[in-house]
Amino acid sequence: MFEWLSDNRASIAAVLILVMTGTFVWSIVVGRRQARLTANDEVFGDPVRTKGGWYWAVCGVSALFLLWSYYSWGVGRAYFPNAANEMCQIAKLEEAVSPIKAALPIGSRYYKSTLLASRNSDQLDNLEAQLEGTVFSDAEKSELLDVIGQVRELIANSSNPANMGEEPKAKLLSLAERLNELSSYIHAGPNGLTPSDEALAQPKWGTTFTEIPILPITERGMLFDAASVEAAEIAGAFNKIRNKFSANDVLIDDIKTRIEALKEINESGEFDELERANREDYVKAVERIFKRLDDGLIFPAAALEDVDTAIANLDATARDAQGGLRFADALFFPGPGIVKSRTQCTEQGPARWLPKPTDVVATFARLANPDVESGGGYRGFPLLWWDWLPIADVVAFFIPDWIADVWPGEYASHGPDGTITPNFKDKLLAFAQGDVSLGHVPMLDGHIWDSLFRVLVALALGIFLGVPLGLLMGVSRFFKSFFDPLIELYRPVPPLAWAPLILTIFGIHDDGKIFLLFMVAFAIMVISARTGASGVLLSKIRASHSLGATDRQIMWNVILPNAMPEILTGTRIAVGVCWGTLVAAEMLAGTTGVGFIENIARTVSDYELIWVTILIMGILGLVFDLIMRWIIQRTIPWRGMG
Amino acid sequence: MADLVCENLSMTFTNPQTGAAVHALKDINFTLKKGELLSVLGPSGCGKTTLLNLIAGFINATDGNAKLGGRTIDAPGVERGMVFQQGALFEWLPVSRNVDFGLRMKRNNPKENEELVEKWLDIVGLQGFGDTPTYQLSGGMQQRVALARCLINDPEVILMDEPLGALDALTREKMQSLVLELWKETGKTIMIITHSVEEALLLGERLFVMAPRPGRVHKEYRLPFAERGLQESLREIKHDPYFSEVREEILTMIWDMEEEIMGRV
Repeated sequence: MFEWLSDNRASIAAVLILVMTGTFVWSIVVGRRQARLTANDEVFGDPVRTKGGWYWAVCGVSALFLLWSYYSWGVGRAYFPNAANEMCQIAKLEEAVSPIKAALPIGSRYYKSTLLASRNSDQLDNLEAQLEGTVFSDAEKSELLDVIGQVRELIANSSNPANMGEEPKAKLLSLAERLNELSSYIHAGPNGLTPSDEALAQPKWGTTFTEIPILPITERGMLFDAASVEAAEIAGAFNKIRNKFSANDVLIDDIKTRIEALKEINESGEFDELERANREDYVKAVERIFKRLDDGLIFPAAALEDVDTAIANLDATARDAQGGLRFADALFFPGPGIVKSRTQCTEQGPARWLPKPTDVVATFARLANPDVESGGGYRGFPLLWWDWLPIADVVAFFIPDWIADVWPGEYASHGPDGTITPNFKDKLLAFAQGDVSLGHVPMLDGHIWDSLFRVLVALALGIFLGVPLGLLMGVSRFFKSFFDPLIELYRPVPPLAWAPLILTIFGIHDDGKIFLLFMVAFAIMVISARTGASGVLLSKIRASHSLGATDRQIMWNVILPNAMPEILTGTRIAVGVCWGTLVAAEMLAGTTGVGFIENIARTVSDYELIWVTILIMGILGLVFDLIMRWIIQRTIPWRGMG
Repeated sequence: MADLVCENLSMTFTNPQTGAAVHALKDINFTLKKGELLSVLGPSGCGKTTLLNLIAGFINATDGNAKLGGRTIDAPGVERGMVFQQGALFEWLPVSRNVDFGLRMKRNNPKENEELVEKWLDIVGLQGFGDTPTYQLSGGMQQRVALARCLINDPEVILMDEPLGALDALTREKMQSLVLELWKETGKTIMIITHSVEEALLLGERLFVMAPRPGRVHKEYRLPFAERGLQESLREIKHDPYFSEVREEILTMIWDMEEEIMGRV
């Protein structure tokens, strides 16, 4: 069932998008009708104008869904499920001809040869201008000037079409012809090309981590795929062509010898260290420019014209051959489209980091699958499930080892026959360390539970320690003044600023995170309980005194219930802040938890997983808040009515 | 002999910053016999509430003392029940738990509490409201709960600090009748502080008009209206010529005091 849903996610998305579009339109119609009904009854600014309006909520949610679908290419995939594969084949052709385009003013603004000639000429001019101020002797200076002149000549020779040899000319011409043939091949269309079985057996777009199937599965795709193979060959041949001829060969040999001679002088002459370094730098600079020009990469612009025209022709043909796909690309695939890198085709633009809604659901379903063996969960640990928990572990958690240590007597030592008979002290230690079998209880388990557990334990500690202290601070001058500076000093520090320290002290396991969260919850609970306690009406306290209540009874029966609204509001805030801090703490260190998943997903750029964790956190935060609101409504209905 | 006796009762408040002393009360002397109903009247700032707080034991006198049944008052106690203006009810508890609060603090038998709650709710006219949250009650009903909560402890003296001040005129009149009924039935000593001259006249068997700077008893009346109110309609009593005469006299007295405070004399 899940497999089937996963495979058909594009079709499911197509239906969903239609439904959502309908809902969007419908909610606007309803909203407008409602607006017409109430328009005359309420003046601007009347708070009643914000009441109700569920249809606008529906409108907002469906608009969000549609926007999400559009920018994540969800719409594109739903209605053009093969588009990505075809665009991948086109990207293959693009990738194949890119080396040729790089040499032409199609891929960049100038011919590569133009850039080579102009940049190196500029550098030669600079060197020549510097020559006057150098340490070289006059004879050496004129020699260097001569060499620079020769290098200039090299550029000039290469740029002159008259100098060009017959062989490279013929090669360029034949390549242009091959490119034109390729264009006519593409123009002829995919006659009788059929996708291979292997290609058809590929997983669908988006169902695997590779995302886009790379082998062509359509006729048009086959055409472009085949064209890209031929184009790659042409590009290979193009890269091998060099503009070499005898006039330059002689010149090159001469420059080489003269530079060697200059280097020789630099090495053998009697120069101090600085002078030698200056001389060597200058000669090296000349040599570096020469080396860039001695391998015949500068072609006369006229010689490349044929290839340039052929590539432009190929581009135009390829564009025509795409047909309707071009419009689909422009309309439904916002961003730079699909790019072929060495081994795979990838989505570029918003679709790269914004996963499609159905993919997010599928990833969540995969994570939520509690069967770790069949690929569920994350890193061999389910998202939220249950497991048998040994009771001994729980007992060991509450009984510290030192109880066994301080128990009178000694631990057993091995007897003469090498065996050990444990005495009571040994058994106590085993108990404290959880090395006993006390049966099992079912317990929640998984990444989400680990996160929840940390928050709940920290919150419970914060409430049970913070509320009594807060109440005492609300009624006692000593407690207020003694603890106020302590709490006010640590509270304003952002919890994450404490995290590195706390995690270092307590380690990366639960205790560190629980302590960090406890600090957060404790401060909030103290402050809210204190506010609640100090806000008790004096007449209520006096009335209870007159009714014969003792101080302790007043604390328990009057001040605590009176502070309940503040305490519960504080708890609600503490839950939210703890949750936020926890996720960040888990990202810093840990091996389980929702924040841990997101951190790993970040390091491998798994955007789907990142979004899934974000959604999990959002939903859990919402659930927390709803529960707290429900509790508040149930437990303090008198709030604001006293 | 549970008389309430005040001997030279004085209260001076000292401003902690300036050290200036304010004589809130100076040499108050009176004896309130068991079963008497005293109403205290006076302009704002004459020390009415301070007097009540001293007798309740919430604050301690700087000089002199107050005794109830021979024992000097130095702390709050169950034998002196309080009723506040706003009820001071515990809004997180239903009516019945508010009423038996004092009994529960004494760890009384819950069953007995239940019966007493029934009885007192009946007396104050709230039968059937035991499980109602107090915040759902009207102001008058809340004051009835406060009365029941105070009376269930069987105090010797009931101290009321403007108990009917926040009620509307009609409810107020009903509650005045209730106070008189309770006084008659229980025979408790009652001390009521009020702002309303009419109320003070209607309820006060004895009436103190207090004057400010320093707070003192300016004039004392003994009035027949409380006794009469037990039989006659309170509205008719208000039309009595003697009632009107005393009312005008007291109003003039307080008016003059207020003028003096504002420095117009």
